[in-house]
Amino acid sequence: MRDGFVTALKKLLHSDKNVIILTGDLGFGIFDEIIVDYPEQFINVGISEQNMIGLAAGLALENKKVFVYSIGNFPTLRCLEQIRNDACYHDLNINIVSMGIGFSYGALGNSHHATEDLAIMRSLPNITIFSPISNFDAEYITTHAVKTPGVVYIRLDKSYLKKYKGNELCSFGNSLRIINGSKVTIFSIGGILEEVLSAVNLLSNKNINPTVIAFTKIKPIDEKIVIEEAKKGNFIVTVEEGNLCGGFGSAVLEVLEKNNASFKRVLRLGIKDKFISEVGSQEYLRDICGLSAKGIEFSISNFLQGIN
Amino acid sequence: MNSLKLAKKIRINCIKMVNLGKSSHIGSALSIVDILSVLYGGILNFDPKKPLNEERDRFILSKGHAGVAVYATLAEVGFFSTEVLKTHCQNGSKLSGHVSHKDVPGVEFSTGSLGHGLPVACGIAMAGKIAESSFNVYVLLGDGELDEGSNWEAMMFASHHKLNNLTVIIDRNNLQSITTTDKTLNLEPLEAKLMSFGMDVSVVDGHDHIELYESLKTKSEKPKLIIANTTKGKGVSFMENSVDWHYKTPLGVYFDRAIQEINESSL
Repeated sequence: MRDGFVTALKKLLHSDKNVIILTGDLGFGIFDEIIVDYPEQFINVGISEQNMIGLAAGLALENKKVFVYSIGNFPTLRCLEQIRNDACYHDLNINIVSMGIGFSYGALGNSHHATEDLAIMRSLPNITIFSPISNFDAEYITTHAVKTPGVVYIRLDKSYLKKYKGNELCSFGNSLRIINGSKVTIFSIGGILEEVLSAVNLLSNKNINPTVIAFTKIKPIDEKIVIEEAKKGNFIVTVEEGNLCGGFGSAVLEVLEKNNASFKRVLRLGIKDKFISEVGSQEYLRDICGLSAKGIEFSISNFLQGIN
Repeated sequence: MNSLKLAKKIRINCIKMVNLGKSSHIGSALSIVDILSVLYGGILNFDPKKPLNEERDRFILSKGHAGVAVYATLAEVGFFSTEVLKTHCQNGSKLSGHVSHKDVPGVEFSTGSLGHGLPVACGIAMAGKIAESSFNVYVLLGDGELDEGSNWEAMMFASHHKLNNLTVIIDRNNLQSITTTDKTLNLEPLEAKLMSFGMDVSVVDGHDHIELYESLKTKSEKPKLIIANTTKGKGVSFMENSVDWHYKTPLGVYFDRAIQEINESSL
């Protein structure tokens, strides 16, 4: 997904002198061409995230369209108050990009697990949040972020749907119906969609054929499609590689509550409000949390059995 | 306007505002009145009729808790009516306890949590450099506020990028929320520390308008930093150097005495 972001960023820097990219000393190698081609639009601010968001606010006040790049929790939790007070309260054109969502940097340890960022960032007013599902999706979202009013937060996952080439899979910054099934609807976000699609294959052996919808824009969420699926009387399953406390599944429940929608049952899959101290790859840690294809398949089968 | 006359008007307004709004931080506000008077009385380029004029100098109050002093200054120099000041901190007012830009012409940026103003000022200064604009950026910090690490991140940035369109003013009144800066986290040797961060540092009497004016007028190749030695609560004898008036509201006889002392003070 990072490639998609960088591709779009280069085009933006080229077409608009007011686009500026700040990095908190991360992205080794990916900005090499940008540093040479657009030296006045690139600033490595050093390892200083609080200052980075403050700078972004100052630049945006002067009509710059600012991208801020770092990894994991650094451009969000480390400088959360600057995002709240300086960026969001002032409703500025600041586009925060974090590489390495969920367990992307799994083996690097707890500090590098971005698993609460969504819940925390989602609670801020004046913010739009995207979790792309493919490289092209990341490119599309990056391009459109500068035109989106207020603060934008783009969550780049190391894993993404690689089998789709070019623009075969693009949500166009909203939600995307990937499989039309029946009885069960799975709502998913970000890179974990690959596990969801594998889980659906496993479920088909048991004659369970869920609908799959990927949400790229998490805030504001596509309420229409949530309600549509609920109205069908489908069981709803949400899947996210993040803490369940306040995350994507919570956002879906909020939509159902707000619209007084009648729905059968909701199953939220994600991290069960704990830190993960085990060491391993993204796939390994997903498995530990019951979020591998098998884990998702198991939970959905049990859920349906429990109901039937 | 004569900056000394302006200072007197601002002080009176500050006392009245915290009295009516039953709010805090009068000591912090009185501490910076002379700095604001010199800035708005002769240094800053601004037009109250065009608060967002491109050419204007930008001023940010980072110690947002002294917001009353900024509101009073902006009203006195014509950004809005002094009548508005009477609403400070009351239900439905635009003038919150910590300075806010929403619907308040002349306020560049909202603050209130410390350590936010300087990074933002650096961003504005950087934008000015990129655009080769002529405006200058001024940011006023409290000395206790220097405990926040973000200021030091920003100072490294300012000096690395040679932001000589930036002037940082430190309101050095030696008091912070609970006690003195010395007893909390000793800032000294402050001047040497700030110089070592690559700032062009000068030290002035923060209540002497001529000293303030001259140091603010001086040009530099580096980002400038002025340590303004001040007295918290300046202008009201029983508030001076007293940490109590970080919180207390002047009511009754305290209010009357404060107004009287300021009115009777010489220019």
